[in-house]
Amino acid sequence: MNAPILSIITFIPLAGALLLIFINKDKENLLRTIALILTLVIFVISLSLYINFDDQNPDPQFVEKSSWIGYGINYHIGIDGISLFLVLLTTLLIPIAILSSWKYIGKRVKEYLIFMLLLETGIIGVFVSLNLFLFYVFWEITLVPMYFLIGIWGGKRRIYATIKYVLFTMFGSLLMLVAIFFLYSMYYKATGVYSFNIFDMYKLVLNPSIQVWLFLAFALAFAIKVPMFPFHTWLPDAHVEAPTAGSVILAAILLKMGAYGFLRFAMPLFPDALTKFLPYLGVLALIGIIYGGLMALIQKDVKSLVAYSSVSHMGLIMLAIFSLNVEGIQGGIYQMLNHGLSTGALFLCVGILYERAHTRLIKDFGGVSKQMPVFAAFFLICMLSSVGLPGLNGFVGEILCLFGIFKANMVLAILGVTTVILAAAYLLWMFQRVMHGPITNDRVHNFKDLNKREIAYLLPIIILMFWMGLYPQPFLRKMDASVNKLINQINQKKTLFTETKKESELLWDIKTIENTAEDHQEKEEPVQ
Amino acid sequence: MTDIFWIIPLIPGLSSLILVIFGTKLPKKYISIQACAAVFASFVVSVISFIGLKQIPHEAYPLIKNLYPWIQSGDFKAALSFQFDPLTAVMALVVTGVGFIIHVYSIGYMAKDKSYARFFQNMNLFTFSMLILVMGSNLVLMFVGWEGVGLCSYLLIGFWFEKHSAANAGKKAFIVNRIGDAGFILGILFIFIYVGSVEFRAINEAIGGGHITQSIATLIALLLFVGAVGKSAQIPLYVWLPDAMEGPTPVSALIHAATMVTAGVYMVARMNLLYTLSGTAANIVALVGAITAFYAATMALTQNDIKRVLAYSTISQLGYMFIGCGVGAYAAGIFHLYTHAFFKSLLFLSAGSVMHALSGELNMQKMGGLKKYLPRTFPVFLIGAIAISGVPFLSGFFSKDAILTSAFANGNYLVWALGIATVVLTAFYMFRLIFLTFFGQERLDPEVKKHLHESPPVMTIPLQILAFFSIVAGYVGLPLVFGKKLNLFGHFLEPVIKVSHEAHLNLSTECLLILFSVAVALFGIYLAYIFYIKKPQTPHNLVAKFPTLYKLLYNKYYVDEIYNATIVQPMIKGSEFVYDNFDLKVIDGTLNGSAKTTGFFGKFFSYFQTGLIKDYALIFLLGVILLLGYLLF
Repeated sequence: MNAPILSIITFIPLAGALLLIFINKDKENLLRTIALILTLVIFVISLSLYINFDDQNPDPQFVEKSSWIGYGINYHIGIDGISLFLVLLTTLLIPIAILSSWKYIGKRVKEYLIFMLLLETGIIGVFVSLNLFLFYVFWEITLVPMYFLIGIWGGKRRIYATIKYVLFTMFGSLLMLVAIFFLYSMYYKATGVYSFNIFDMYKLVLNPSIQVWLFLAFALAFAIKVPMFPFHTWLPDAHVEAPTAGSVILAAILLKMGAYGFLRFAMPLFPDALTKFLPYLGVLALIGIIYGGLMALIQKDVKSLVAYSSVSHMGLIMLAIFSLNVEGIQGGIYQMLNHGLSTGALFLCVGILYERAHTRLIKDFGGVSKQMPVFAAFFLICMLSSVGLPGLNGFVGEILCLFGIFKANMVLAILGVTTVILAAAYLLWMFQRVMHGPITNDRVHNFKDLNKREIAYLLPIIILMFWMGLYPQPFLRKMDASVNKLINQINQKKTLFTETKKESELLWDIKTIENTAEDHQEKEEPVQ
Repeated sequence: MTDIFWIIPLIPGLSSLILVIFGTKLPKKYISIQACAAVFASFVVSVISFIGLKQIPHEAYPLIKNLYPWIQSGDFKAALSFQFDPLTAVMALVVTGVGFIIHVYSIGYMAKDKSYARFFQNMNLFTFSMLILVMGSNLVLMFVGWEGVGLCSYLLIGFWFEKHSAANAGKKAFIVNRIGDAGFILGILFIFIYVGSVEFRAINEAIGGGHITQSIATLIALLLFVGAVGKSAQIPLYVWLPDAMEGPTPVSALIHAATMVTAGVYMVARMNLLYTLSGTAANIVALVGAITAFYAATMALTQNDIKRVLAYSTISQLGYMFIGCGVGAYAAGIFHLYTHAFFKSLLFLSAGSVMHALSGELNMQKMGGLKKYLPRTFPVFLIGAIAISGVPFLSGFFSKDAILTSAFANGNYLVWALGIATVVLTAFYMFRLIFLTFFGQERLDPEVKKHLHESPPVMTIPLQILAFFSIVAGYVGLPLVFGKKLNLFGHFLEPVIKVSHEAHLNLSTECLLILFSVAVALFGIYLAYIFYIKKPQTPHNLVAKFPTLYKLLYNKYYVDEIYNATIVQPMIKGSEFVYDNFDLKVIDGTLNGSAKTTGFFGKFFSYFQTGLIKDYALIFLLGVILLLGYLLF
């Protein structure tokens, strides 16, 4: 690739944000149009990533590397089969989010759009960074626009919710920062070279007792983000208070950063610690599945219900990822995309209801289907996608996740299968109370069915749901090489430490693998 | 011409899709023609494929059409691939044939409904899903259809969703089915692990090759059976089916006769090698079937809702089919599925015709003497009742006796006895229904009587066709007493269902058994005659004598209430308790509490509330520098 396509995708939004600064804040429609066109253009450009992606190559592609601050802090980006679709999911959902808030966001439109664009840069940055420092910078950057999106355009308790969100996330990520620098210093002590390069870090073979602490620091940051039980309580609050678009991005993409963090960093960097904690993590993920499902069952606010359903779904994704086999990890990644689409779409649907009723309490609705038949059909499909109905995307991910989990641990899979029942119970019950039955609230009589704009942003998601449910091959095949490599990497490193155990009995000892280092150097070169 | 079978499911699927997209803009007439034509086209292709199938040697079974690899990841492989063999042929013919008649009937029945397009798109989708279920060449694809019919039942039972009870019933059907589906998924996963494939051929090869131990077979068979129990409404997951009456009557007919509930029986028959391998699982299947057959029949005795009586009778008849499968007479089980499809759809649609005549009245206590008002509905209803009761020379007689004889021959005397007891009950409650509805005094509301009318031909002609088949359908599977070669049905299925052990009954025993069950059926009818025609006081006297028993039966053993009190409510109350105390108090309380007591978080809050990125960045940078210094030097 000659053009630095990844950088373009990452930074056009930032440039767009800068551009918006110079436009009069009263020209709201102009602002919106520019932001929409810009994000659509980014989406189209990002499709070329998919087209040019070589699915035989397990290593990052479209790699760009240049020195930045020095001391190992480099600008180093690229995507592999794991991050490819997360980037695409982001570029797809941001324009949808902007379109969905066209009417709803009426105050401070300019700032709103600027934050949206900043958020896009931050999120894409997280998924493409191959340098730990750069990753951390992007990771933290995403907090800022999200903080304001909830804090300014949110509901009544927005300040509480947004601070809770930032505090939870900050708490985890600060520990991760310590761990990152710890790794950095250890690498320096071992080799005499400054590096934040993730591939250099992969080569470190750490004493398991050190791994434990570093793993915990990373895992905590990611577990909060996912969120895994019991770090989930920020999520319902953040969702309930966030504006629709904020919820969509939060659920669909930001949560995936946590799961992605496990895949990219916590798991391959510290395989021995991973093995050690796997049983506990598995149990936490399982509790998340069941707990999230049960909590979703009794929520009175539709958004909060969908938020808890996210806890449940993300629990399944994490459990699948922790199964450490191809089916589980591929299923997990696939389910991340599915969850992004279905939960994102569910939040959009809730937003559509909210714009008409100015309430999200389940009891205020009833009989909406009769007034809004087209919306009812869309909402139904989104709900069924989330339930995991075969023919729609959710099933493919769910069955692969369950299969992966089953292969790793039958008991966990048998318990995890309850998600099939719970998801149907809480979603169908909600759907019944909101959409079916007689109309009890007079306001519902005035509900207008979907307008063209609303159809325009829901339809692409619906089409993808069917496509991914009926023909998942184009997605799964792109992941194969990278997922296989990840699993080999984790297993290989585990054996490496046992071989060198004698020399490494000291607590602080480090061992780098010299022989494989050269391979990596070669593969890091940009793909032609 | 045999290689076109794979388009059988796709035709109604495509038709449904067209109706989903353009339905609201199309005229009613076009919608009904397209929907019916699609199912009819499927039926025609099924017939062609069926004929083609008979002309090719058995070794070539099953025909396979592999469309594309659907899900592939690591060891997990599921293809979108269809198969056609005798068992599939029977199912496809029943689904499309009976389904078509129900579609035609619906034109008349739903003529005045506002959501005409939605109705037919869902009916087509239902047919499509069921065809996927019976034609999929692997368990995962079967599961697609399995869930698909679950979805359609949700949509169609809750068709009149403005009614609370309908919305509720639809939801209940889906969730209860999902409980079974969870078991089914686990069964699939176990098969994947132990066989390495979910293709039926591979599974059969693995079982045939002795790669599956008996205990594993039992485990898998029982997990799959959990799914069947949900879908085919057996104890303890039958509770959704009686409520499914909330849907329009043609839907009930479709669910009860052609699609949905027969899925479980089909699955067990499809996996017959597995159930044959595991004696334990087979015995459990037979026992669950027998107990359900009897139990459901007792509940049908006291119901006054005409459709509910039929609903319980479906549960009961499905029990028979499972008895057949459980005792190794899979062909007999499928045979009963096939005859039942005719007479049960006949009964439901006739009941619909009665309702139609009576402005939607369902309560049999408010009917009576309808014989003379409904000259076309009455005879066909009667034929259906005779067929289901097991009176000789109608279809139900042949299939039911094939099952009961096999149960006896296998030495499953308990199962056989329950089956025989159910015969009495069945004959009794069916004729109770006939007598209460068509005979005796008129108990109609005057308002209803004013609008009393026989149904239009578009409804009665389908009834007559079904009545014809309810009479003759049984003659393709004559019992052994008439000669061995006359069981065409069983012979046709032989390539799929390997008959492991022939029933060792001599002819005279079989004759005796048949005569006995016939006598029992006639006795049931006679009893109903005494109760409801000759001495109409008898039921009241009995109720007065055994009030508790009557209340227990009338309230369906309070099972719904028990489930609600022991499962649903504790789950909701428990979750609410945990939510209030754990999520809000323990986790959030810790966070908020510590903030209050130490003031530490309070300070933090105020930092963030300045809203300045500058501050934030400064702290961040400071931290980075400090850490860097600490770690490096």
